Amino acid sequence: MQRFLHQFCITLAFLIPSSVYAAWELNMPRGVTDTSNTVYDLHMLILWICVAIGVVVFGVMFWSIIYHRKSQGAKAAQFHESTTVEVIWTVIPFLILIGMAVPSTSVLIDMYDSSESDIDIQVTGYQWKWQYKYLNEDIDFFSTMTTPKVEIANEQEKNPNYLLEVDNELVVPINKKVRFLFTANDVIHAWWVPELAVKKDAIPGFINESWTRINEVGTYRGQCAELCGKDHGFMPIVVKAVTQADYDIWISEQKATAQAVAAAANQEWSIEDLVAKGETVYQKNCAGCHMVDGSGLPPAFPALNGNDVVLGDIEKHMDIMVNGVPGSAMAAYGKQLSAVELAAVITYKRNTWDNKTGEVISPADVKAYMSK
Amino acid sequence: MNLSTPRGLVVLVVLMFGFGFALVPLYDVFCEITGLNGKTAGQYEGELASGENIQSRQVTMQFIVNKNDNLPWEFKPNDVQMKVATGERKDTTYRVRNTYNTAAVAQAVPSVSPSAAAEYLHKIECFCFEQQPLEAGQAVDMPLTFVVDPELPEGIDKITLSYTLFDITNSTAPASDPHKVKKVDN
Amino acid sequence: MSEQTLTLDDHDHHEHGPAKGFLRWVFTTNHKDIGTMYLIFSLVMFLIGGMMAFVIRAELFQPGMQLVDPGFFNQMTTMHGLIMVFGAVMPGFVGLANWQIPLMVGAPDMALPRMNNWSFWILPFAFTMLLSTLFMEGGAPGFGWTFYAPLSTTYAPPSVTFFIFAIHMMGISSIMGAMNIIVTLFNMRAPGMGLMQMPMFAWSWLITAFLLVAVMPVLAAVVTMMLMDIHFATSFFSAAGGGDPVLFQHIFWFFGHPEVYIMILPAFGVVSEIIPTFSRKKLFGYHSMVYALIAIALLSFVVWAHHMFTVGMPIGGQLFFMYATMLIAVPTGVKVFNWVATMFKGSLTFETPMLFAVAFVVLFTVGGFSGIMLAIAPVDFQYQDTYFVVAHFHYVLVPGAVFGIVAGVYYWLPKWTGKMYDESLGKMHFWLSFVGLNLTFFPMHFVGLAGMPRRIPDYALQFADFNMMASMGAFLFGTSQLVFVYLVIKTVRSGKEAAQVPWESAGGLEWTLPTPLPYHTFTTPPVIEHK
Repeated sequence: MQRFLHQFCITLAFLIPSSVYAAWELNMPRGVTDTSNTVYDLHMLILWICVAIGVVVFGVMFWSIIYHRKSQGAKAAQFHESTTVEVIWTVIPFLILIGMAVPSTSVLIDMYDSSESDIDIQVTGYQWKWQYKYLNEDIDFFSTMTTPKVEIANEQEKNPNYLLEVDNELVVPINKKVRFLFTANDVIHAWWVPELAVKKDAIPGFINESWTRINEVGTYRGQCAELCGKDHGFMPIVVKAVTQADYDIWISEQKATAQAVAAAANQEWSIEDLVAKGETVYQKNCAGCHMVDGSGLPPAFPALNGNDVVLGDIEKHMDIMVNGVPGSAMAAYGKQLSAVELAAVITYKRNTWDNKTGEVISPADVKAYMSK
Repeated sequence: MNLSTPRGLVVLVVLMFGFGFALVPLYDVFCEITGLNGKTAGQYEGELASGENIQSRQVTMQFIVNKNDNLPWEFKPNDVQMKVATGERKDTTYRVRNTYNTAAVAQAVPSVSPSAAAEYLHKIECFCFEQQPLEAGQAVDMPLTFVVDPELPEGIDKITLSYTLFDITNSTAPASDPHKVKKVDN
Repeated sequence: MSEQTLTLDDHDHHEHGPAKGFLRWVFTTNHKDIGTMYLIFSLVMFLIGGMMAFVIRAELFQPGMQLVDPGFFNQMTTMHGLIMVFGAVMPGFVGLANWQIPLMVGAPDMALPRMNNWSFWILPFAFTMLLSTLFMEGGAPGFGWTFYAPLSTTYAPPSVTFFIFAIHMMGISSIMGAMNIIVTLFNMRAPGMGLMQMPMFAWSWLITAFLLVAVMPVLAAVVTMMLMDIHFATSFFSAAGGGDPVLFQHIFWFFGHPEVYIMILPAFGVVSEIIPTFSRKKLFGYHSMVYALIAIALLSFVVWAHHMFTVGMPIGGQLFFMYATMLIAVPTGVKVFNWVATMFKGSLTFETPMLFAVAFVVLFTVGGFSGIMLAIAPVDFQYQDTYFVVAHFHYVLVPGAVFGIVAGVYYWLPKWTGKMYDESLGKMHFWLSFVGLNLTFFPMHFVGLAGMPRRIPDYALQFADFNMMASMGAFLFGTSQLVFVYLVIKTVRSGKEAAQVPWESAGGLEWTLPTPLPYHTFTTPPVIEHK
């Protein structure tokens, strides 16, 4: 009786839709675009053809393993060639392949047609974040992973979107053709969102293009898909598809925010406010290499705690922050962070851990440096 | 001992090593002939096809910049998007500012998308043809004159031209002629 | 020069065994000694590469970063790939080639024995250099075994220069070894053995050797270009100077794709020797099998860009490479059907070599199916750079190439050593490996399809369960190889005496020789009878 119940429960378990077992996901998502659905269908078609071939071939082999064993008294036959058979099992697979190639070709041709797009977005891969620039809207922002370091270090329970969450999501309207222009700032990255079936390499010095038309409102998460250095696994992509009305609202909000950020640079900032903001900026952008406690990973990533430049020459400090250190992993943050963020993080570093310079670098100082 | 086999194989090895290197110019030639990979040709000195059977149509030109950590200067197109007629010469400029506190030399490298359009986008004058030396803090508007070939294939209605700036200060010959660059006081 | 060919009258009069002491191994020009050294080297490298896999799977056991930092993790994945490809699989097959090719064609040794010695001895130096990069400032290379530019040029650690030199050395070793095999097979077959009478293992190596000679120099060219970009201010792969990172990928994969066939063709050869023996039936379709090998080799030159479907190639290129890649399934399928037809209506027994060979046919074919799926370019956009690819190549490499080497060792070890291995231990090694590898790599298909990229040290929560399963499988598979190490040592030291032909129906010249094999064999070429 116990055994029967046990079997029954197992059988029942298999009847429950697999969406419940998100952790045991077996297959590609259907996705939310016409393209992604076509790709899924093509994937399943090829898979089933392969399964069918496997069943036949392995079936013959397993038959032999069971019925043609010496221990069962099987005597070996003498045949060892047959031109007819060879021709048959060359031609049939060839025909099957042609059957696969035809739908594959038409799907590919469709995926390559990025004409008549409604919106164009330039996507730039950086070590280790994405930058999105909406051409024709003058909206330009960075999208950095926001999963807290403490979750990665197993000091805090991981949230459901662990490693797949960012500060600024890519917002697009549904039912509009969105064309992407991909490039990279440093090494090759790749932009991939499985539910859109879009994956394209982002290559420094060149642009690639792709397109999508999302049918359903929702949030779709993806990851970088080309090894790009240390934090390749930590630069996710989040696309938020909204109605046209919501999209229009978001556009105007973005413009307002941009103005606010620019205005904030002209305000007075106290050292406490700068250090507080600077800590957030540091956690998101700097702690990956220079560590939360400023100890770095020398020699590749210098320690900032007790660092000569951080404690000394402000011009040099600003130069390194704005222009990076070409030839090293230190990126040019002048184009990634606003004047407020730069001022905050510089002030933070000069006034935290064992660094106690008491110096304040204001957004106005940063702006002055950058326009020299 | 028959040494012809080893000798032949050594020759093959050497030839294949050379083939590896030959792939470099071969790749460029292939790209230039076919326009694949979005590589544009150099300065355009040809003649466009003309006549009644060549239709002129409107296409949208987009101008963007690719940032590169190699040279993080201020760099932006002065026109982001414009409608052009095929066969019509158009001008635009890109603004660049040296944000370093030393002089440096930049090289702009173009890339076109879709790549099928690359061989139909002709650059008559382009700041990417030569090196751009800039003093510390100096800003200039760099000119580009182009024309879209009327024989551009039907399916293409939008062409994006992007430039990436690279630092070639340490690997340049003497600076090129500054007269081609329009200076703007800052 | 004629003294260096077949018959040396002196040797017939006083048979001497090998020299004594360690220097025997340093100076030996004997194909059996060199084969042994290659095989031991391959096993050591397999264990080292395996330890790196342990580190990888231990970190991936659960989400979160527990053991290593992301930079070191990238070094582990990179070195694991390089060591397994260039240090374990390739030398393993060269070891089998050295032992078997002269025996199978009735030759006294390889054509160029001193070059043979050099080919081997380069390897310990090359790999010492490569492994030492782990201890250099900036760490070992962390840009993947495929080392794409500019991550491997402008953004590489200082150790990249040593990596390049190590690759050069390995390349020289492979090229010299391949040349030796071609010259031997063309010039030193016993009289009466035409090319179409050669054993399949010899054919598979003949074709592999041509692939090596053709593409290893291209690898040398691409790493030289890297060296020039890094140290001599050239711009092969940098857009700054008019170069192109994608050019790197084209040149690399022009080498890289034939390279993966280099790693599998000899396994095809081994399996084509083993299955007929344990089916007590001749190989079905010998001629087709040879033509299929040639077709696969030729096609392998024109499919390279299927590794680059997401790079932004124009549609014409994508379609060409998709069609050409799909086409390779035809000759490969022919080979699989022929193996099955050999077994069909045979009289089968399942000693350890046959277990590995049958598992090869089934599981390599599974890898082949995922390969067909990957060939479909529009769907490949969803598979590329995910664990689906990792699953595919581990299926064709582990139960493919590695099982091929292991099967060959079990099959020929009694002949080489004169001692029979312990059949129960062999079967235990097989079953543990079989369960372990499937537990490790089959779940990778699922997480890859579900969206997990490759080469990441940490992953989103929905991939956790299968990753834990894969890690457990990896620990099982890895530790099972110790059974093999123990078995080989035990056989050599204290195995039971083996019969002259330990396998009932083994055909081929090697089985006509005494067991164990004398140090020098076929000093007089055998007479080949034609039926």
